[in-house]
Amino acid sequence: MIEVSELRREFKVATSKGLRRKYKTVTAVDGVTFGVEAGEAVGYVGPNGAGKSTTIKMLTGILVPTSGHIRVNGVDPSKQRRDLAKRIGVVFGQRSQLWWDLPLVDSFDLLKSIYRVSAQDYRTRLDECVELLGLQELLITPVRQLSLGQRMRGEITAALLHAPELLVLDEPTIGLDLESKERLREFLSDINARRGTTLLLTTHDLDDIERLCPRLMVIDHGRVLADGPLEELRAEVTPERELVIDLREPGPAPDVPGVTAVRSEANGLRHHLTFRRAEMTAAQLITQVVRQVEVHDLAVVEPEIDDVIRKLYQRQVAQDIRR
Amino acid sequence: MLAGMTTNVVFGLLRVAILVAALKAANGEIADYDIAAANTYVWIGQGLLGFVLLWGTNELAERVRSGDVVVDLYRPWHLQGALLAEDVGRGGYAFLTRLAPPMLLGMLVFPFQFPASPYQWPLFLVSAVIALVTCFGCRFLVEVSAFWLLDNRGLYGFWNISSGLLCGLTVPIAFFPEWAREALWMTPFPALVQAPIDVFLGHGSVVKLLLYQLFWAAVVLALGHLALQRAVRKVVLQGG
Repeated sequence: MIEVSELRREFKVATSKGLRRKYKTVTAVDGVTFGVEAGEAVGYVGPNGAGKSTTIKMLTGILVPTSGHIRVNGVDPSKQRRDLAKRIGVVFGQRSQLWWDLPLVDSFDLLKSIYRVSAQDYRTRLDECVELLGLQELLITPVRQLSLGQRMRGEITAALLHAPELLVLDEPTIGLDLESKERLREFLSDINARRGTTLLLTTHDLDDIERLCPRLMVIDHGRVLADGPLEELRAEVTPERELVIDLREPGPAPDVPGVTAVRSEANGLRHHLTFRRAEMTAAQLITQVVRQVEVHDLAVVEPEIDDVIRKLYQRQVAQDIRR
Repeated sequence: MLAGMTTNVVFGLLRVAILVAALKAANGEIADYDIAAANTYVWIGQGLLGFVLLWGTNELAERVRSGDVVVDLYRPWHLQGALLAEDVGRGGYAFLTRLAPPMLLGMLVFPFQFPASPYQWPLFLVSAVIALVTCFGCRFLVEVSAFWLLDNRGLYGFWNISSGLLCGLTVPIAFFPEWAREALWMTPFPALVQAPIDVFLGHGSVVKLLLYQLFWAAVVLALGHLALQRAVRKVVLQGG
């Protein structure tokens, strides 16, 4: 579905003001190589400015690479942008492809004509999205009156009306509340499973990846740092997890063999226990803890995605030095 | 819509008053324009102004500035063609609401110079439609400049200030000194307003006027197409 090798994109950035400006070259994407098979769901993550959006713009053909090779659906995106656009769908979380002043359904009608979707296909696809995303009541509402969550459901429908083989989502859950996020994830995972639509999404929300993407790709400073299943990556770079327990009465932390560090808070009411995932499961640890103390509440904390990425980045730097 | 119509009419009244006063001071005729022709010129001009949309929005340029233009660019369409189609559609509506009312008012209430031959009516319509397309092409060029300038408001403002005078809306181009007249007819500006009016009034050769308009419509559209193509190829799209 997607083939990318040694992809580079440079930008010129002014380094001084005034009439005689000096420029330096900034490399936003620096030799990225990856492939995505049809039907996969891939999370593409990295900190702000890592090169995610630049990569997506090149994949959709609206930005021309400085060098490297891209094929999406077998075509070169920037050369055959219009052909490609008919076969892929794009959703930008921070932008809208709907017509601001028109009712939602009018935007869909316009897109039907732009993408030349047959009346019958349009009906089936629209009905499906309307039902699964609960849009029935919103169809005649002008887009400007929709909430962000409602609008995002409209955006996703708009991107699926021409039944794209690949759906690219750039931060689709940004700014949404938990319920809207959940609903969107459920819908996307359904589309991926049932229709076999390939998904490529960028996000800062770890839950998006966990719920949707069996595969995670981490990029920073324009380079791919890691590529593989989320659990594998997390286990590899952050071998430790944390169990947070709140006690009924303040007291000392339970002493369990295998716990590597203990941090206590609130006069002994709350304790953070760090343990290695390779040595024990959360369930084993909890069983031992509740034998020793009376627990009011507990939570298992996985390392934040930023931690994972930071660790991956540190590892990359270390490798570079060793070379 | 009503506001636009009212403004058109009020300014029309002012312009008629000034032009007629000038004509009376000059013994009733300046360069082919008598009182009736002057009235006709003003009321058609007031109508064309909204029909060709001489002073349009700067929306595309704003979308370039904010980066929202990426959404327009990844659709399977030719952006310029799509916007032209939208503008022609707008023109259909503007014909009824902006072009027809001031012309009717002029015909019914003021001394009006009707075309000498019935063929001039459809030819005027053709000329007005070419004017609309040419005007779209010019505005598109102003907007597309945002890909390079980022902030094209200077150019946009300059267009808004100068186009009225250069296209023959403020005073007929025939009133200009000869050197200015010749220079102006070598630019696309008179194609936007003066040419359709001349077709209606029978000033000059209709064939020549239409060919002149077609030439400039093709040139500005082609330039816009090339500019957009270049912009997409080498220019940075804003925003993450």
